[in-house]
Order: sequence, then structure tokens, then C-alpha cells
Amino acid sequence: MNNKLFQSIRQAIRQIGRNRAMVFASLFSITAILLILGLFLLLLVNVNNMSQGVKSTFDQVQVNLKDTTTRDEASAMMEQFEAMEEIESVVYQSKETALANWKHKWGDNADLLDRLPTNPLPNAIILKLVDVKYAKDVVERARAMAGVEKIAYSQDTVDKLISITNGIQIVALVLIAFLLVVSVIVVSNTIKLTVLSREREITIMKYIGATNWYIRGPFLMEGIFLGLIAAIISGVLVSLLYHYIVTSFGLDFMLIMSTGLVREKFMITNLAVVFVSMGISIGAVGSIISMRRFLDTK
Amino acid sequence: MAEETTEKKKNRLIIEFKNVTKMYGDNVGVEDVSVKIREGEFVFLVGPSGAGKSTFIKVLLKMLDVDKGHIYYVDYDVTQLQNYEIPHHRRSMGIVFQDFSLLPKKTVFENVAFAMEIVQMPRKAIRRQVPAMLDLVGLKGQETKYPNELSIGEQQRLAIARAIVNNPHVLIADEPTGNLDPETGWEIMRLLEQINRRGTTILMVTHSPDIVNAMEKRVIAIRDGRIVRDELGGQYHPEEDDDPDGDYSDHELFNLKNFEKAYRERKIKGGADSRKE
Ligand SMILES: Nc1ncnc2c1ncn2[C@@H]1O[C@H](COP(=O)(O)OP(=O)(O)OP(=O)(O)O)[C@@H](O)[C@H]1O
Ligand SMILES: [Mg+2]
Repeated sequence: MNNKLFQSIRQAIRQIGRNRAMVFASLFSITAILLILGLFLLLLVNVNNMSQGVKSTFDQVQVNLKDTTTRDEASAMMEQFEAMEEIESVVYQSKETALANWKHKWGDNADLLDRLPTNPLPNAIILKLVDVKYAKDVVERARAMAGVEKIAYSQDTVDKLISITNGIQIVALVLIAFLLVVSVIVVSNTIKLTVLSREREITIMKYIGATNWYIRGPFLMEGIFLGLIAAIISGVLVSLLYHYIVTSFGLDFMLIMSTGLVREKFMITNLAVVFVSMGISIGAVGSIISMRRFLDTK
Repeated sequence: MAEETTEKKKNRLIIEFKNVTKMYGDNVGVEDVSVKIREGEFVFLVGPSGAGKSTFIKVLLKMLDVDKGHIYYVDYDVTQLQNYEIPHHRRSMGIVFQDFSLLPKKTVFENVAFAMEIVQMPRKAIRRQVPAMLDLVGLKGQETKYPNELSIGEQQRLAIARAIVNNPHVLIADEPTGNLDPETGWEIMRLLEQINRRGTTILMVTHSPDIVNAMEKRVIAIRDGRIVRDELGGQYHPEEDDDPDGDYSDHELFNLKNFEKAYRERKIKGGADSRKE
């Protein structure tokens, strides 16, 4: 088995050596394609990260209660909320707790609040949603309840942000899928050339009893080689670029967007895994496709 | 002849065609062919061009699927094989193609070794067995040459070495002497006979009456896809098989007298053949 693997690898190297110009041309194209793909991947991961940030900040609905609403009535309402599937947790926040929280936030300037004659904050029920997408629905139902003063929820912002991030994600995913297909086609056309140049050999091998996998071996190796090398080159370039982005613009981005960029180390580790597996799969799928016609016939 | 017949009867059936029909659209490949071949036999498959000889071999190797009938091989039905079983089926037969089908970029040694690599033989066995095979076919010492550095007859012997290196039950040869001069053709026939004597069943397609008539083996004559004659120690006279469309251009390479003379001389020198004159 090892022997066979070694044999396949040796053959693949020999084959690549034989059509050097063509192999370099396609190596260059695949690298370029994967580079672009990598940029979309960076965008996708960051947008995804941002939208997670947005979702966890905005997946709360604060139901402010009228001063006249009693604690018992509030408890009854809480039971109703707890029964809803879209709600993950229900917490009662008395006006005293709210003020304390506020003071805590204000830190050094908290003593200013002590001068208030009465506590201006309402009692409230804080609803944490399973997902922000249920917000509208929950808000409507809460509004219909008696004893509710006002519902605090920045719906428009959330909706807008979500639709933008969803849009970006979909576009990035579609482009990534498209680029993957293109790179598979490039690999398969490259391998097809070597397959064609060895068509006779393949036929003879089949007629004397070689299995399809045996015949595929060297071509599969050649494809994987091609995919892997392109993936390593483009992966390194994308990682360097990300390092540059994070060190140059990371802070500004944080200030503007309130969530940071995905951490460099995390991103690069994942890029390495993704690029290596992508390179191997592109190569393998490309070469298997290129041989299909030759191996289908008996 | 009678003695040979009874001896062959003892051997088990290795190939059996039962009412096999293979059409190419409206063209007949083979039609309603039934035949039995026993282990150890030497069989000539003769007939004019387009008779269906190659089709016979192709359905046996399952390069083509039959339309009707069954082909039994040793202990299974070839027509029922699944795709994944085909490689193993083919490995049990050695095949020599008319154009030799050698790999030009591989050396003599590698051309034979490659048939063993395909069946995943260990390197050690390959290093031991390939030279032995090359020795058998008379190509000792030519291991590092490339096919185009060999004579046509040597190339054919190399193809035979590749076909038998995995000890097949059956050696199938589609016109192995088609491009050869009589002297070289004789060498190949002698080699095939030697292989046959080791117990390998041989099925050889040929156009050439001269070879068939000199060898006196079983002859299956096929025309328009049907078997028209099947005899032991048979002869082949295309005219008698009533075939106006035959194309025998190949056989002009063979001069019957030369061939028979060469055959006799070699046999007396070698003295290995017990066939009575
Ligand atoms: N792929 C094909 N498509 C259509 N018809 C075919 C095909 N292969 C063979 N035939 C036809 O089937 C018949 C038998 O062909 P086959 O190749 O078996 O003949 P053969 O006896 O081997 O002839 P030859 O001695 O010339 O090699 C012929 O009439 C041929 O034209
Ligand atoms: Mg033929």
C-alpha cells in the first residue's frame, strides 16, 4: 500500500515535469482564484462575526411596566413570556436594580444620580430571545398585554443590520462557491491533458485488469499536488494580508463598528485548515471529473 | 487424434458460450453462438474479416455486454458480473492484442512488471518473476530496452510475456501473427504451443489458413457471427467455408511452404512436440 502510494507520487511528479508550462499556467490561475476566494472568506468571516455581535447586543427586548402595575401582575406576565418558545429567558428588573446598574455604568460620575429626587426608571421585564428574528413577533404580543408602558427595542437598526449582513454573506458565499467550481474546472482541464496523453496506457491497463482506483492513483496525486500547492501559496498571501489589515486598521475598525475584527491568530489557524482541505478537495474532485469519461467505458 | 480427444474430455470446462448474441445496432456481432472450451485446449478462432471474432473475445472479456445468452467462465457467469468484478475477471486471462499494446515509454522490464503491479504483487516477486518470463519468451538481457528498439517479433513476444506473467488460466491472442513474417510467426506459434503445454488454455484469433493448417489444433470457424464449423485437428480453407466477401490480404505474408518447412525443422531440432506427422 505504501509502496503504491509512493509509486503514485513519483509518477505524479514525473507527469508534472512533463507538461511544465501547462502546469505552471494552471497553478498560477488556481492560485489567483483561491486568492480572490480567500478575500471573500475574510469578508465572510468578519461579517459573520459582526452580525453575531449585533445579534447578541440586540436580542433583548425590554418591556417597561406602568408604575401602576403590581409585582403580582408582573409575575403573571412573566409566566406568559416564559411559555413562549421564542424566548430564552425572562428576568424581572426592578427600578431599583435598574438604577443600580445605571450607577455602575456611570462609574466615577455615579454620585450625580444620587441627586435625583425620585427614581425615574421604570420596573421592567427583560426578555432574552432565542434569536433576534423573533423580536417583531414578541414585541407585538407584549404590546397587547395590559400594564405595559413602553417597549424598548431598536428594531429598525437591527433589521437593517441583519439584512445588510445577510446580503453580504449570501453574495460572498455564492462567489466562493463559484470560484470553487472554476478552480475545479481548471484542475480538471489540466489533468485531462495528461490523461489524454496517456489514454492508450489507460485502455491497456483496463484491459489487463487494473481497477479504476489503481488507474486514478497517479492522476489523483497530480491533481491534489496542484490544488495543494496553489492553496498553500494563496493561503500564505491571504494570511499576510490579514495580518496587515489587522495591524493597520484593526483599532479604527473597532471604534467605528463597536465589534472588533476576528482575531488574527484564530483567523490564520482556520485559514490554514480551510485552505489545505480546499486545495486537496479541489485537486481530487478536479482529477476524478477529468477521468470520468475514460473510466466509464468498459 | 482420437487419443487427444479423450484426454481433453477429462479436463473441466473453462469457457462456455450459451446462445450468445451481440448486435451493434442492426449489425450482427455474434449471433446465437454456443461453444464449449475445456481447460488446456488450444483453439483457433478463424473466419473472414467482420465475421465476429473480435466480438467473441470482447464479450468474453466483458469489454462489451451481450444482448442474449450466457457466458460461463470457470465457475461464474460473465454476463452477470458487476462492474467492480470485471478487473478480477480480466486478470485471470492473459491478452495479446494484434497491435501488441506495449507502452512505448516503459522499458521491456517495466512493460511486464506493470502487469504485476496492477495485481499488486510485491516488488520482490516482480523482480524475480519478470526476468524468468523474459527468459521464457527469449528476451533475456533486453530488460532495459524500449519497445521501439525491439524487432516486431520481439515486441510480440514481449506482449506475450506480459500476458502470461500472472499465470492466467487462458491466453487470448487476437491475430498475434498478423504483422509478422513467416519465420517470426513460427517463433510465436512455437512459444504459444510451449505455453499451452504448461497447461494454459489458448484461444487464438487468426485470418491465416497457413498457420492453422500447420498446427492441426481445434478450429472454430465463424462467419456472419455464427459458428459454421468446429473440429479438432482442423484445417482452414477460406474458400471452402463459402465466403465470397473474405479479406485475406494478411495471409499473403505467409507462404505456406516456407511456413511448414520452418515449422518441421524447428520441431525436429527442438524435439519437444509429440504430435505425429
Ligand atoms: N463498434 C462497432 N459498431 C458497429 N459495428 C461493429 C462494431 N464493432 C464491430 N462491428 C461489426 O460487427 C461485425 C463483427 O466485427 P468483429 O470486429 O467482431 O469482426 P472480426 O471477425 O474481428 O473481423 P477482423 O478479422 O477484421 O478483425 C462486423 O460486421 C463489424 O462491422
Ligand atoms: Mg478483429
